[in-house]
Amino acid sequence: MSKTLPVTGSTRAVAIASGGEAPKPTKNRALIWVFLAPTVIGLGLFNFVPIIASTVLAFFHWDVITPPQFAGFDNFVWMFDNPTVRVAFLNTIGFVIAAVVVQLAVALGLALLVQSKMPNWLRSFFRSALFFPLILSAASVSLIMAYLFNQEFGLVNQFLGLFGIEKVGWLTTGIGAKVVVLLVYVWQNFGFTFLMFIGGIAGVPREVYEASSIDGATGWKQFRDITLPLISPTMLVASVMAIINALQIFDQPWVLTRGGPGDETRTAVMVIYESAFRELNFGGASAVGIVLTLLIMLVTALQFQLSKRYVFYG
Amino acid sequence: MSIQTAGKPSRALELGRIGKYAILLVAAFLTIGPVVWTLVTALTPTDSATHITSVGFGAFEDVFKKIPVWLYTWNSALVTLIVAVGQMLSAAMAGYVFARYEFRAKKVLFALVLATMMVPMQVTIVPVFMLIRGMGLADTLLALILPALPTAFGTFLMRQYFMGLPAELGEAAEIDGAGPWRTFFGVYLPLATPGLAIVGILAFNYHWNEFFRPLIMTISDQNFTLPLGLVTLQGNLGTGSVSTVLAGVILSMIPALLVFVFGQKPLREGLTAGAGK
Repeated sequence: MSKTLPVTGSTRAVAIASGGEAPKPTKNRALIWVFLAPTVIGLGLFNFVPIIASTVLAFFHWDVITPPQFAGFDNFVWMFDNPTVRVAFLNTIGFVIAAVVVQLAVALGLALLVQSKMPNWLRSFFRSALFFPLILSAASVSLIMAYLFNQEFGLVNQFLGLFGIEKVGWLTTGIGAKVVVLLVYVWQNFGFTFLMFIGGIAGVPREVYEASSIDGATGWKQFRDITLPLISPTMLVASVMAIINALQIFDQPWVLTRGGPGDETRTAVMVIYESAFRELNFGGASAVGIVLTLLIMLVTALQFQLSKRYVFYG
Repeated sequence: MSIQTAGKPSRALELGRIGKYAILLVAAFLTIGPVVWTLVTALTPTDSATHITSVGFGAFEDVFKKIPVWLYTWNSALVTLIVAVGQMLSAAMAGYVFARYEFRAKKVLFALVLATMMVPMQVTIVPVFMLIRGMGLADTLLALILPALPTAFGTFLMRQYFMGLPAELGEAAEIDGAGPWRTFFGVYLPLATPGLAIVGILAFNYHWNEFFRPLIMTISDQNFTLPLGLVTLQGNLGTGSVSTVLAGVILSMIPALLVFVFGQKPLREGLTAGAGK
């Protein structure tokens, strides 16, 4: 009998009577289905069916007004032929790589510093201060940052002016807008990775460090030989989650630049939004979504493979 | 002062310590600074020549004049609270069944629940929008509430939580004559409060701040949520008054700040819960 199965007197009697594994008590069947109903029906209706619908829709031309027409792989060809969509995908992939590298580096560095020797009140102050941006809305943060990075009166350009640097067109040049979107995104999201690393570092037993100190290992060597291998499981999960989240970027570039200048900060999800709800190209939007989902599945599968091979589980 | 002539290693240590605090202070300044600047700017409206014209809550009053703040706040609060409570309930019930009952479709159903976590909401938004339209709920708050009520992640979290509670509790309750319903509501649910807090706070934080779904699901501005209203306030790329927009931003932050101050532990635990292997 399963450990987690609550056993009532009558169940036990039935179990004994039937001489083996207990048949599930029928009086609990009502509870099982009533309790599952909201989640199972809800997820089925609003997640599972839409996933299938999206997959099917990706192979159709559909503008809501006229009936859907089978399109074969047209929508996928369109994705690669249409310069805007192609650029949006390249932007997204470039963004994901840059964001994940910066986010992991910043988060790991700060987590190591926060977990080093210091008074507890100071540690909790820094920890709270550093993950604080996570609680804000991406829309609000982007509004704030749009002003800070404003070319004429923004604080960032005023600060740079102190060093004689001329006003940078942060949101009006392609490279500037890309950098700002990256900075704003990482600013808001590194706290998530940071918290994960804090958990990982706190999990390394103190004795390991003490033993290695006796052996004369310090600083960098200790980090490379002890901390890094022991937090590699955290590192892997953190990078995969960071990649998956970054692939879905929308709010920041939408509020900051609406994808501009030109298509410089257009992202894959922005293409989903625009092709579906502006151009009524529901098939194309679905195709972009499917490719995005396949990318996420690929990253997840890669995580499983890597964690089997390279990650050190202490 | 009695500065000892420090040996080389300890001076290096001292420098390292200063460097460490310097980096952390700069980092903390960079995360908190923009929000402090936002508050200061909201309280000190400027004219076009960037001279401070007045100090006070003038910009906050302007927000109320320019957009229906109370209505947007009400919309946001309604959506967020119903979704948070709904997720807590649905996740607790489903998580409980997955943790403590055996039934035929259990493995398949649980795998399907987990599978839905892999597909981001932006990918399914088109069919969900069609479905909502078909249900006659387009441009209503229910369009935001209904699809958000079930939660795969919350179900997973609550299942883990209930699996950590001893099975003997339920057995004892049932020997004392409690039926399966009372065992759940009277014994297990109260014990699962910390897990419920995590699900609730994460839901609150996510839906209070969410932008993408409201942008698509609501059309008329009486159904806007606060983040959407704020972006409207900004106008066409910065034509709105800086102080007014930022005053609105500060107003919208208040509930999230309260959660940050009073619910920090469940918030932190929840945010990293997905990482636990």
